[in-house]
Amino acid sequence: MSRLNSRHLLGLEEVPKEDLTLILDTAETFREVLDRTIKKVPTLRGITVLNLFYEPSTRTRISFELAEKRLSADIVNFTALTSSVEKGESLRDTVQNIEAMRIDMVVVRHGSPGAPYFLTQCMDANIINAGDGAHEHPTQALLDMFTIRKKYGRLDGLRVVLVGDVKHSRVIRSNVWGLKTMGASVALCGPATLLPYKIEQLGCDVYTNIDEALEGADVVNIMRIQLERQEAGLFPSQREYTNLFGINRERLKRLNKNYTIMHPGPMNRGVEITSDVADSDSSVILDQVTNGQAVRMAVLYLLRGREGEMGE
Amino acid sequence: MMDNGEYDLVIRGGHVIDPALGFGTNAHIFIKEGVIVEVAGDSEAAQKQIETLVADRVVKAEGKIVVPGLIDMHVHLREPGREDEETVESGCRAAAAGGFTSVCCMPNTTPRIDNQETVKFVQDRANNADARVYVVGAITKDIAGKELSEIGDLVKMGAVAITDDGNYVQNPEIMRRALEYAKMFDIPVMQHAEDQYLCDGAVMNESFQSLRLGLKGAPAVAEEIAVLRDIALCRMTGARLHFQHITTRGAVDAIRKAKQEGVKITAEITPHHLVLTDEEIGKQFNTNLRVNPPLRTKRDQAALIEGLVDGTIDCIASDHAPHSAEEKDCEFDKAPPGTTGLETTLGLVKTYIIDRGYLNWADAVKKMTINPARILNLPCGSLAVGSPADITIIDPDKQWAVQADKFRSRSRNSAFIGFKLSGQVYRTILGGRVVFEQ
Repeated sequence: MSRLNSRHLLGLEEVPKEDLTLILDTAETFREVLDRTIKKVPTLRGITVLNLFYEPSTRTRISFELAEKRLSADIVNFTALTSSVEKGESLRDTVQNIEAMRIDMVVVRHGSPGAPYFLTQCMDANIINAGDGAHEHPTQALLDMFTIRKKYGRLDGLRVVLVGDVKHSRVIRSNVWGLKTMGASVALCGPATLLPYKIEQLGCDVYTNIDEALEGADVVNIMRIQLERQEAGLFPSQREYTNLFGINRERLKRLNKNYTIMHPGPMNRGVEITSDVADSDSSVILDQVTNGQAVRMAVLYLLRGREGEMGE
Repeated sequence: MMDNGEYDLVIRGGHVIDPALGFGTNAHIFIKEGVIVEVAGDSEAAQKQIETLVADRVVKAEGKIVVPGLIDMHVHLREPGREDEETVESGCRAAAAGGFTSVCCMPNTTPRIDNQETVKFVQDRANNADARVYVVGAITKDIAGKELSEIGDLVKMGAVAITDDGNYVQNPEIMRRALEYAKMFDIPVMQHAEDQYLCDGAVMNESFQSLRLGLKGAPAVAEEIAVLRDIALCRMTGARLHFQHITTRGAVDAIRKAKQEGVKITAEITPHHLVLTDEEIGKQFNTNLRVNPPLRTKRDQAALIEGLVDGTIDCIASDHAPHSAEEKDCEFDKAPPGTTGLETTLGLVKTYIIDRGYLNWADAVKKMTINPARILNLPCGSLAVGSPADITIIDPDKQWAVQADKFRSRSRNSAFIGFKLSGQVYRTILGGRVVFEQ
């Protein structure tokens, strides 16, 4: 059973506003649970959740694990490095074997776009996408939206700038879909070589000049810039990236008053963000981490949890 | 003039269309010893001649369309090396079921068809098969793009063209030499035109769809650039160059312009690029839609149709690319590129090109018979008296659905499973022998 329009969470592109609102509202309740002495509710008792991670991840995996534990689910962790994937087993076979172990829900991180959808075709469990290639990372965007909404009380009408490697970022894609559905205005900024072809069709304002992008914005969400993009020749050097796109105190002057600094982590301090910005009062980077648990609890609950067991 | 002896087979009363002869009328075709000996208009004399024959030598083609056996100039038969996916025998069965009596097989097998022995091997496998197999040899040894194959040897053994299909001959110096060298033998060089640097790691078209799906895209300009370079080399060398599976507006425009100028180029397109776009991949990430070159945009599709209509595009070829179910049952970016096509091409051309008024039967058939035959110097593609009796009989308005379990091919990776098509093969006749009956 699911209180959402879908029994899986594969991405935010197709999720309607009513579902996004329901997830964010539900997350508020779970956010309160996290401030209690006993941070555990029986919602997913008897439900087995598999964390299926084909790519290395620290914070997303731990955040999901904690969310599952706090909902009283039974948990299995599967990481590609310690599995039979190295022996050449196909994704279908791996997943069907796992299903044979009576798994109810799967949280999947995979390098291939569409891998979570593929899972829905080989098993009956509820599937939650924890990042599939450059496609989507819906719970990250939901926690970003939750964090913004918590501070401003709304998303509608806010101006959010997403800075970094737009071309390869699943976080940016999910944020774009979710924020636009909720009525925020979205701007994208990065080096032209990291802006995907046909980006104008996304319906966002697109900038290659960071100062112009930040003008009049409320929120700036800064993505990690990966060294391998530089090695692939997509920009000349980290130094130049920092000069052109790095967020520092000086650049923040263009933002609206009461602005917010976000970063999904892990940060390259001194590269895409200076330490003083990351650690400033306007930074909600650590709130994002806490809120991530609440949002993931909400998603797990809405897809599978029993009615009336949110922890009252 | 009627032959007085017995005929081996007569095709009675069909609407016979032969674009090579400019022929399009109801007629009977008389076959003896595997050769067409008479094509006669409906007359009392002809009727009498037919009445003397025993029934099993008469194919009743009333209401059907009768055309020269279709030629598919771009097919992967996978033998040697991947007999689990297709063999020469199974591929020819699929060809017959799709109305094709001749196919050209690509050299990217394992081992490659880059030497006489492998050409001979494939030819031997094709003995007694349900279609004629014309072998296309590799331009470069091992399709590595570095050294020319022994092209003279390949031609001597019967190769009708050369290509490194699957790979673009990236080095322009090698391509220049290939064109110069092939010219000595009057064979076309067939090019898979996509700049490899621009397509590195790509699994679909670069477009708003690749942005949505987060998949690495191949830009349309990779094809346009490759085509423009090769047009320049072709103009310089005066050799014959054939562009395989063209997919973009830029390439169609470039080919049109070069043809107007008199450069000796020809081009083919596939049904899947004519019928599907990158929008169809969608969030189902259907791996049967992973093809190379990739499905493009609606704008490109419109250009392909324009090129087909105005003659810029000479041929329709399937690029039949069988893959095992296991290899396609996976993540989109891990699936090998290709869709099968031999058994769906005719129905797709009828449904999406003829029924929509882009081409009439004669012009569509031309692109699958005499045009490829002329490009490759094949002794087929026409119903002229004295030709081998390779004939395809089509039930023009028969409705049918593409079903995976009905394929004769060993593989089922069709992009068109579930499609409802109009127009189906009724009989396929190879050298006077009925090789397929619906």
